[in-house]
Amino acid sequence: MKINLVVNGKRETVDADPAMPLLYALRDDLKLNNPKFGCGRAQCGACTVHVNGVATRSCVTPVSSAADKNITTLSGLGTAEKPHPLQTAYIAEQVPQCGYCLSGWMMTAAALLRDNPKPSDAQIRTALAGLKCRCGTHMAILRAVKRASTLTA
Amino acid sequence: MDQHNLARRDFLKASGALVITVAVPGSVTTALSQNAGGKPPLTPDQLDSWIAVLPDGSVTAFFGKTEMGQGVDVAIAQIVAEELDVAFERVSVVMGDTALTCNQGGASGSTGIQRGGMTLRNAAAEARRILVERAAERLQVPVTELVVDNGVVNVPGYPLQRVSYGELIGGKYFNSQIEWNKEYGNTLALKGQAQPKAPSTYKVVGKSFPQKVVTEKVMGTTQYVTDVKVEGMLHARVIRPPTAGCGPVSVDESSIRNIPGARVIREQDFIAVVAPREWDAVRAAESLKVTWAPPCAPFPTTANLHDHIRKAKATGSGAPVDIGDVAAAMKTAHRVIEAEYEWPLQSHASMGPACAVADVKNESATLWSGSQKPYYVRTGCAQIAGLKPAQVHAKWIVGPGSYGRNDAGDAAHDAAMLSKLTGQPVRVQYMRHEGTAWDPKGPAGVYRGRAGLDAAGNVIAYEFSGKGFSRWDVSPRESTPNETLVGQLTKWPGKPIVMFQTPSEAYGFANKRLAWETIPALLDRASPLRTGHFRDPLGPETHFASESFIDEIAHAAGADPVAFRLRYITNPRHAAAIKAVAEKAQWQARPYPNPNRGKGELMTGRGVSYTERAGTIVAVIAEVEVERASGRVWAKKFTVAHDCGLIINPGSMQVVIEGNVLQATSRTLFEEVHFDADRVNSVDWATYPILDIADAPESVDVVLINRPEIAPSGAGEPSTRTVPAAIANAIFDATGVRLRKVPLTPQRMKEALARA
Repeated sequence: MKINLVVNGKRETVDADPAMPLLYALRDDLKLNNPKFGCGRAQCGACTVHVNGVATRSCVTPVSSAADKNITTLSGLGTAEKPHPLQTAYIAEQVPQCGYCLSGWMMTAAALLRDNPKPSDAQIRTALAGLKCRCGTHMAILRAVKRASTLTA
Repeated sequence: MDQHNLARRDFLKASGALVITVAVPGSVTTALSQNAGGKPPLTPDQLDSWIAVLPDGSVTAFFGKTEMGQGVDVAIAQIVAEELDVAFERVSVVMGDTALTCNQGGASGSTGIQRGGMTLRNAAAEARRILVERAAERLQVPVTELVVDNGVVNVPGYPLQRVSYGELIGGKYFNSQIEWNKEYGNTLALKGQAQPKAPSTYKVVGKSFPQKVVTEKVMGTTQYVTDVKVEGMLHARVIRPPTAGCGPVSVDESSIRNIPGARVIREQDFIAVVAPREWDAVRAAESLKVTWAPPCAPFPTTANLHDHIRKAKATGSGAPVDIGDVAAAMKTAHRVIEAEYEWPLQSHASMGPACAVADVKNESATLWSGSQKPYYVRTGCAQIAGLKPAQVHAKWIVGPGSYGRNDAGDAAHDAAMLSKLTGQPVRVQYMRHEGTAWDPKGPAGVYRGRAGLDAAGNVIAYEFSGKGFSRWDVSPRESTPNETLVGQLTKWPGKPIVMFQTPSEAYGFANKRLAWETIPALLDRASPLRTGHFRDPLGPETHFASESFIDEIAHAAGADPVAFRLRYITNPRHAAAIKAVAEKAQWQARPYPNPNRGKGELMTGRGVSYTERAGTIVAVIAEVEVERASGRVWAKKFTVAHDCGLIINPGSMQVVIEGNVLQATSRTLFEEVHFDADRVNSVDWATYPILDIADAPESVDVVLINRPEIAPSGAGEPSTRTVPAAIANAIFDATGVRLRKVPLTPQRMKEALARA
């Protein structure tokens, strides 16, 4: 079936099995590679995008449920000229190693900072619970989210 | 410009040999064409195989290793910029492409700088020598009167007397040879006529330049191997048996008949499904009905693993350290201390399961892989494709995390097999269980320590031995199909090699014996529990035990654990690292277990550990909180002193060490592969939990000990081995209870506290 999506501000249409996860529509049909396949079970976060502003695991989200909704991927957070404060902070802290997990941490943290611009250390840890980073960049992630909370968008 | 050069440049232009173009940042495309005329062969003895100066004077370095997220390419750019006297920003590094770079082993053993960097340093120094000599000829000034400033050769005091590298050679080949030791891989080494710079003069090396690729990753523009798309490619999913060691009896192809374009590809016991659309391949893999041979129960179960190791017949053994007469000295001991430790099987569990794309044609093939070792994977895939290695072009592209011989090489060989069988380009994307249940595992082992003390508490005899699975049941190289699942499922039997490890430290015990034994693999064909290299192979396993044991001896001797270690270490670098970490953590000798740990819900303690790895010395102090009721251990604070000689990029090193500490903490507290007699049950993040951000420490303080006069050794892995015992020793300090079985789970902690 044909499904309309608005991805990073652009109208798109995909023709897909309605049960197909949004992840495959973004990666394969729209060639938007930011969300990654990590587990397919909503256990790691690598596939996270914003759906109408909510950090969502696209690997278990049927594409049909995202119809007509606004989807934002990592590259839709900011631009080289106007990066999102989290992007600025992640670059300053040199956070990623392999970087495959970034969509999980950054899209989740972006939603946190929008709702709670000055989170405490404990609130940051709570908001990011359950996300996976195998390279062990957690210390740099915590520094970067804290730093981002001091920058204005 | 003399006539000869003009003529040559014109010739190069006319023949299309002026082929060096700017390497696009983040691009996987090439900076040099291999087919144009004038290019010397891509052999290590050609300077052009290492360094190119572009027409604008910028420099491309060709590096035969790969970047696993730790910034080694930035360090290489710094080293090359330093030796050539060009700005860091003007150096690009091309890596991991077999058509553009010589085999320096790929990512391997934390040798990126230790070996790979020294090769590039010597090549860059040689390039500078040649360029300055050409400038001297051009300017008619002796070499000794020339200085180079950001790629421009000057005569001080004569501002018009200058020529840039771009003018001297931009876009042309050096066509100059450099002495090569005739080896490939990690040991490849070069020696030019030029003398590299003295470290005391360094301006670029030693500074914290950021990684360009970090910006690209954070802005979402990096292409990963999972993002490679080739015209006409099929998507594949591989079908694994539900139980280990079982081959397929029959495949019901009609079970996927209703999925568009989906079909089964089978070669002996290797089965996959392919489809033009990825989701259809996923559905086909889920739907395909296969009848498998009955389970053959090849495994001892997780609970019985270490008993199995104790009882298993040894396949190999050794005692690389055997000093004095341990047995005789032990007999005279006033007191003998003994302890035994266990480490489980662990999964790389990379952030994403592996992916590879192969395009096998009749006379050639292209391979896109995230494997750390594209130069070796190429030869294995060539065998599968029935081609010569030279006919296969392997391109490394950043993958979903890699810490050794994970599932990447298997995926590459699968892709080659499926592309050959289908005649189309094929993208193999593994599913989560393949990254966790089916990757080669970090070996499990049983470790024993025995020490004899005299009446004064001095160590008069010390022996330590480990017994477990080989770290080379599957080779880390992935250079033959024999080392891969698809190879072993078809016509290439496994070729295990016996390899183990003993502790790496500098304790000067007068009678000392370090020994090892290996045991056979649990299943010799296509096993989900085959063992191989996982970050710092056998490092955390061995040193968890050996450094816990040193702590137990210190406690028995009534000595402070820092002072006890220093008592037996005469090597000044080793002692300095221990002193540095103790000073930074404000360690004061006091009785232990911690007399002030309290009777409340939270118990606190501290522990120290120290190790060496291939020239790098690391000392760690961990501070932990243990929850009495739940048994939860929080490794709250780490202090690390790290000495790897000359530091190229302190900023990168800080985050690399943090990554080691966090990953090693995860392995120590949480990670264990679970399996029963038939199958591996650790298949995803729920069944193979790793460290969560709730468990991240409050702080990791790193003391970088820079020794510019000492050639750099590795930093990618050494701190991994130091962490586990520091945590275990801190737990003992906090609780008075010694945990000797990893992972140090809340359940084990609670049980140990209840027994105490």
